Amino acid sequence: MSDRLPGFSTLAVHAGAQPDPTTGARATPIYQTTSFVFNDADHAASLFGLQAFGNIYTRIGNPTNAVLEERVAALEGGTAALAVASGHAAQVVVLQQLLQPGDEFIAARKLYGGSINQFTHAFKSFGWNVVWADPDDVASFERAVTPRTKAIFIESIANPAGSITDIEAISTVARKAGVPLIVDNTLASPYLIRPIDHGADIVVHSLTKFLGGHGNSLGGIIVDAGTFDWSTGGKYPMLSEPRPEYHGIRLQETFGNFAFAIACRVLGLRDLGPALSPFNAFMILTGIETLPLRMQKHCDNAKAVAEYLAGHPAVASVSYAGLPSDKYNRLARKYAPRGAGAVFTFSLKGGYDAGVSLVSKLQLFSHLANVGDTRSLVIHPASTTHSQLDDAAKIKSGAGPDVVRLSIGIEDKEDLIADLEQALAA
Amino acid sequence: MNHDAYPDNYIRGILNSVKSIAMVGASPVNVRPSYFAFKYLMQRGYDMIPVNPGHVGKELLGKPFVASLSDIGRPVDMIDIFRNSSHIMPVVEEALTLNPLPKVIWMQLGARDDAAAAKAESVGIKVVMNRCPKIEYGRLSSEISWMGVNSRTLSSKRAPAPTQGMRLSLNRMSVGGGNTAASDRAAKNKTEQS
Repeated sequence: MSDRLPGFSTLAVHAGAQPDPTTGARATPIYQTTSFVFNDADHAASLFGLQAFGNIYTRIGNPTNAVLEERVAALEGGTAALAVASGHAAQVVVLQQLLQPGDEFIAARKLYGGSINQFTHAFKSFGWNVVWADPDDVASFERAVTPRTKAIFIESIANPAGSITDIEAISTVARKAGVPLIVDNTLASPYLIRPIDHGADIVVHSLTKFLGGHGNSLGGIIVDAGTFDWSTGGKYPMLSEPRPEYHGIRLQETFGNFAFAIACRVLGLRDLGPALSPFNAFMILTGIETLPLRMQKHCDNAKAVAEYLAGHPAVASVSYAGLPSDKYNRLARKYAPRGAGAVFTFSLKGGYDAGVSLVSKLQLFSHLANVGDTRSLVIHPASTTHSQLDDAAKIKSGAGPDVVRLSIGIEDKEDLIADLEQALAA
Repeated sequence: MNHDAYPDNYIRGILNSVKSIAMVGASPVNVRPSYFAFKYLMQRGYDMIPVNPGHVGKELLGKPFVASLSDIGRPVDMIDIFRNSSHIMPVVEEALTLNPLPKVIWMQLGARDDAAAAKAESVGIKVVMNRCPKIEYGRLSSEISWMGVNSRTLSSKRAPAPTQGMRLSLNRMSVGGGNTAASDRAAKNKTEQS
């Protein structure tokens, strides 16, 4: 038993999973059960008091979900993870541990439109106040810090244009401010970028996208990097103070460098309730086994399609960080050397009408509101994912009226290019 | 020993070899981390001895408290210290007067005293600092995986279904890749800054 380091692909297949002790089943079983029997009263009390490792009720934990959690934690290089019902649920659970009513968090302005809505409207009703900053201007994060700031939130590869965020620079701001950096790594997946290696304290994902990868199951996950000290200054009472929910346990003191993941489970998931179905966990786990293979193909196809579009006379511009001429190419080469992801935007010289026409003529690309599917997808963000934003905010977030977003799948690239060719033909 | 990052084999070797553990600072209050660790290690078959002068005359899970290490009156393999870093040295000094010497001195999560560690190591005692034996046992056996924790181990073997009080195999393949290097690094940065 040497401490030899298995590679990413080995972890993608094996981490968290072992043959089922009871049956010998090699694939991870779907433990489709709400509850788990206790050995005796003491065992039950130990589990409820967090003194023993084990299962109680699927809203708190489930063996299928636990395999998914350990696998993603291993792939991201974190200490622990918690799977939840969706990426949105992950964001609620994370911020519930960090913010009290009246507190603030700083978020990059370039985000998935659904996150912008959630932060602006839903979280406002909890008294969690978002302060926007520009991911292309690190100083704007520094200027946004106040004594009430409790976290900074960014996307590694940002929606909708696939721009690359300078994670290390923003992590320096977070460290100086004494707050954790939360990175949504959905569009990169740990195959392309491991934010913890660049200073992230918490990583969140919509598992629905590249990790699951097949467009068939919703899910979200929270990864604890184990890097943040929650004990200073009573700033994070969910972690540092005795919790009345658990007879006075202090989570950081008890669980050390995975206390944040435990807090998300026993204070967040337990009490808010967005549990992931074990069936979905199974589907997503199966997807993750091929993540390295799929992600490379997604990226290679995306680069070929972006190059094709950049040379097309009907195209005004292409925003893809994998193109040498792109303004994010330097950051892409630093953070995502294997490929710049597979979600990007382009704009047509014919503006809004040309975009609508293109979407209607495409035959392989599916017109829908998702990314990170095996299938290639197309959408017009201004009228869908980013439609709740006003025009100025649409342009600021990279979703102007002339912009079309693609999520490139793992089909043959020649067929994708041929489909675009016929749809762009006058 | 590099106390910033222990190889799994070092921890595995300790947990596989020690049989008796004296826990200094063991608390009878069932929400204290020492209670958690005491109960877990006892259930996994270790011969546990609670050491706490404030509770002499009482028992912890059926084991009588003793006031100090020298009151144990029999050899112990490992001393597990549940005290703050500033209270480590006197415990280590007392441990060094025991005959025979303990094989291992373990300081709990958050506790670290490099001078005390060096003193113990100079007489051949193995030292672990800023770790929890319950967490490490749970991790190396992968029992902790039930909590979504990255055990940093892999196995393609079918393990026996765990029952109460059973010793678990700790001999899984270690995964350095998804490791806690980041948290060790953070702890080190913190120490250097302070």
